[in-house]
Amino acid sequence: MSPSAAARQIAPPARGLPSHAGIYHYDQVDRDFLKERVEQFRRQVARRLSGELTEDEFKPLRLMNGLYLQLHAYMLRIAVPYGVLTSRQVRQLAHIARIYDKGFGHFTTRQNLQLNWIKLVDVPAILDLLAEVDLHAIQTSGNCIRNVTSDQFAGAASDEVVDPRHYAEVLRQWSTLHPEFSFLPRKFKIAITGSSADRAAICIHDVGLIAKRGANGQVGFEVYVGGGLGRTPFIAKKLRDFLPEDELIAYLEAVLRVYNAYGRRDNIYKARIKILVHELGIEKFREEVEAEFARMPRAQYRLDPAIVDGIKARFASQPYETLEPISGVLARARLEDHAFNRWVRTNVAAHRQPGYAIATITLKPAGGIPGDASADQLDAIAALAERYSFGEIRVTHEQNLVLAHVRQDDLPALWKALSTIGFGEANSGLITDIIACPGLDYCALANARSIPLAQRISERFADLDRQHDIGELKIKISGCINACGHHHVGHIGILGVDKKGVEAYQLTLGGSASEEGAIGDIMGPALSADEALDAIGAVVGVYLEQRQDGERFLDTLARIGHTPFKDKVYAAH
Amino acid sequence: MARVTDAPKVVTANRLQDGAVVWLTPAGDWSIRVQDAQVQTENAPVEAALAIARASAARQEVVDPYAVDVAVEAAGPRPLKTREWIRAAGPSIDALPASAA
Repeated sequence: MSPSAAARQIAPPARGLPSHAGIYHYDQVDRDFLKERVEQFRRQVARRLSGELTEDEFKPLRLMNGLYLQLHAYMLRIAVPYGVLTSRQVRQLAHIARIYDKGFGHFTTRQNLQLNWIKLVDVPAILDLLAEVDLHAIQTSGNCIRNVTSDQFAGAASDEVVDPRHYAEVLRQWSTLHPEFSFLPRKFKIAITGSSADRAAICIHDVGLIAKRGANGQVGFEVYVGGGLGRTPFIAKKLRDFLPEDELIAYLEAVLRVYNAYGRRDNIYKARIKILVHELGIEKFREEVEAEFARMPRAQYRLDPAIVDGIKARFASQPYETLEPISGVLARARLEDHAFNRWVRTNVAAHRQPGYAIATITLKPAGGIPGDASADQLDAIAALAERYSFGEIRVTHEQNLVLAHVRQDDLPALWKALSTIGFGEANSGLITDIIACPGLDYCALANARSIPLAQRISERFADLDRQHDIGELKIKISGCINACGHHHVGHIGILGVDKKGVEAYQLTLGGSASEEGAIGDIMGPALSADEALDAIGAVVGVYLEQRQDGERFLDTLARIGHTPFKDKVYAAH
Repeated sequence: MARVTDAPKVVTANRLQDGAVVWLTPAGDWSIRVQDAQVQTENAPVEAALAIARASAARQEVVDPYAVDVAVEAAGPRPLKTREWIRAAGPSIDALPASAA
């Protein structure tokens, strides 16, 4: 049976809102706001089509609603607040993809979903359908505070100290249509985690927040600022070690005010907060923020614990069963089935609730397009989420999905079902779990294609035994210097460039988006796609030859340096 | 500003209503097939074609028209830049995820 036919078989008819999915449940105020917003955009589209608005006038309005004009069509970027979706929402996304697009969607490094084949005339109807399930595309573009991103294991991870979803929701409500921060010098991205392991790439965001607990157990935030990729990449610098919970909004207001006042508006390439922090220096930037913070009427901006409690109350909790910490069913299945055991090793993480586990669904089948899922596959995943994970699905910044609350006993059945729809690959964190931006196949900004190279690397390393032998190795590909594919922080990064009209690829080594945070070093001159593919093989070869017991790729690179890798790659040049 | 080259040119844009890639034809209307595009070999006609295209944009038919370099082949004009031949031919990859085919 084809994956598509299998997907259709798995997906039963749509049901109502899953009551135990761990999302923030909208109230009537939220829904009325969305409805008004859709009507406003419907009128704007009508005025554009009638000629009342020129393209120059309309462009900023459509961008504020996540609508871009790309190479072949309009692209709609749909916000997935901090990466959490219900099965009902995923079914609706599948429905929209099927009716208004070409039957698939593309999950991005911003935890969003992009539809690549949208017609302008259909957008109001699409926004109606999104609003039906409490979704929208607001602030997925423009010089505003963008959709807040978070740890895909939030509320489930065994290493979590504070659930970051509650504060991500605080930030969503605070930043949505914030009048003072709707026309910043440039876009502004906030990421938040609540675990010691950074799965949210805090270090490459304009502001990164690590929620933690103080000496008395009270919640506070480690605040980082000035991270970012693009033309001038920087790892974020620490601004505050512990910001008390009730000062979160006031302090972020102060950060954004300083940025709004001093950030450059004369040069788009120097307009992000990372440039301001770099040019002022973190000490001077901190002084400015603290001075602004001291001037603010703090009572007015205080984040009242009652507000936080109110938001927490609108997140459903999961009615977990009382289970043994280690499942006998799981242990037996791992012993009996090598392929399943391999999937558990890479794609299953520890859950804080005994007897449960977190399952990552890598949208990276061998030779596939990173982050793409068909409408049938989305419907099937929604059904699996209802059956095995309280109807909740997470999107990761590595372009994968997660079922965050799976009974360990159910893992064998879940994996079998995922395998039938083409998403049972045991490759999370491995060399074929590639991040790739849409590149020149779709994007109007790109200089080179990303997806075909990702597919070729995936095919080259498709052998799972070999992948597992290589171990953790993250390849990230961007089709231009804007770095949507996070190439700067790839263990192996690949940047597509235009070399006198010909696509070429520049490789970097040693980047990382995890807690150690590092920008990769350029290996040497750009290569053709064929050469880049061989270069990846050469780099992996050097690693396998040189690694010592237990060393990951990054460990070996740190120990032996870049020269052996460069020498091997450029030996023939 | 784009570099002026001696290569033959066609005029292209995206259609306003659906964003589809379109090419200016000898009749002064738009086709979704690059093979239907009018090829201009002199500067003056390119400017005239762009004027027609801008007038079309002012009538809310297309967005942001511009001229692109092409090679003239038996099958018709072929855009020289990768970006433009991908616009003409569509993505170089299968539109559907491989696993869903």
